[in-house]
Amino acid sequence: MTILINKWNREQMAARVAQDIPDGAVVNLGIGLPTLVANHLPSDREVILHSENGVIGMGPAPAAGEEDYDLINAGKQAVTLLPGGCYFHHADSFAMMRGGHLDVCVLGAFQVSASGDLANWHTGAADAIPAVGGAMDLAIGAKKTYVMMEHQTKAGESKLVAACTYPLTGIGCVSRIYTDLAVIDLEPDGAKVIAMVDGLRFEELQKLTAVPLVMAC
Amino acid sequence: MINKIIPSVELALANIHDGATVMIGGFGGAGQPAELIDALIAQGARDLVIVNNNAGNGETGLAALLKARRVRKIICSFPRQADSQVFDGLYRAGELELELVPQGNLAERIRAAGAGIGAFFTPTGYGTELAKGKETREINGKMYVLEHPIHADFALVKAERGDRWGNLAYRKTARNFGPVMASAAKVTIASVHEIVELGSLDPESVVTPGLYVHRVVQVPRSATGPAGFKAA
Repeated sequence: MTILINKWNREQMAARVAQDIPDGAVVNLGIGLPTLVANHLPSDREVILHSENGVIGMGPAPAAGEEDYDLINAGKQAVTLLPGGCYFHHADSFAMMRGGHLDVCVLGAFQVSASGDLANWHTGAADAIPAVGGAMDLAIGAKKTYVMMEHQTKAGESKLVAACTYPLTGIGCVSRIYTDLAVIDLEPDGAKVIAMVDGLRFEELQKLTAVPLVMAC
Repeated sequence: MINKIIPSVELALANIHDGATVMIGGFGGAGQPAELIDALIAQGARDLVIVNNNAGNGETGLAALLKARRVRKIICSFPRQADSQVFDGLYRAGELELELVPQGNLAERIRAAGAGIGAFFTPTGYGTELAKGKETREINGKMYVLEHPIHADFALVKAERGDRWGNLAYRKTARNFGPVMASAAKVTIASVHEIVELGSLDPESVVTPGLYVHRVVQVPRSATGPAGFKAA
């Protein structure tokens, strides 16, 4: 089923996430869509970006020609270091994560279950080459794990599901999802819609979603 | 007198034996000791078990070692990349064993080996395919998976500068796995771009104390680019 409304595009989704990241937060942005969040952080907030390959205080991409490939992010793109930033080794980097020292982690997903299970590392296809990277550590490490994903697959299936059918990355770890249609908090008593795109009615959103939703905005 | 400085990469790697477990530092190109990997290819040891975050990019470095059919097994977190065609081909053909480890568990298992830890409980991976068959335990209401250390016969790491005692300082995010790998191997071989007089590294800035390092070899600095360096 498709509907004719103005879905949030990738930049709008990123801007919506950025709006919810408080001043002073230490944040890890996953590879892909979550990386865009960095471009939308309000300039009056100081947010510290962590990357699992051993840096906090990451700044924007350098100017063309100024790339230094000893200073990269987890996506292996050249970045810069802000004043106050520093480097550390890999075990320390993941200790920061696992030890609960990161405030927010933003990840992409194939599927999220209503209870907050996350599937984002492997399609489970027999010929797929598995690669997990830091996904499992990120999923369970931060104080809050947010997911950014399209609301539906290209085939029109809900990506918010009763139970994940793809291999799991973590159990009960996702607290909020940002889709191209809505922002949904996953709470023990249900999936609560806290924002929707303009022009979308709650009943329409529910029809596009495989789990019961509660209106909370 | 202690002098860990070795005059060439060939001599530094001379005794790597067939069947050895070899840790190789680096996250993608950053911190990958390309000159040591090239020397390992030339040296000829085979049937190796390689520990690295990735499984090679393009056709050089670790990918070239795989292509030369010197590796029996790779322990890594993220083998699949846009340019991991060498690994992909060998893996699909069943010619290379893969142990896939979440990246933080990989780093901590290496750290545990260097720190003399017998095994540890970690929350990462609990309830997933990558924890299948592993012992689990509930501790204070939270579930954990038992993970064991990864020891190595040799570690090949890349640092920025070092001295004859083996003290090392790194550069930016090229540090990544270097310090933990240096601690976890029987023999650690470090390539550095600069060898300095003993005492001239700032003691507050030595990241890997020399007792973890057995051989130091100088390699030229290369231009910036993927896997490259700028002038420090």
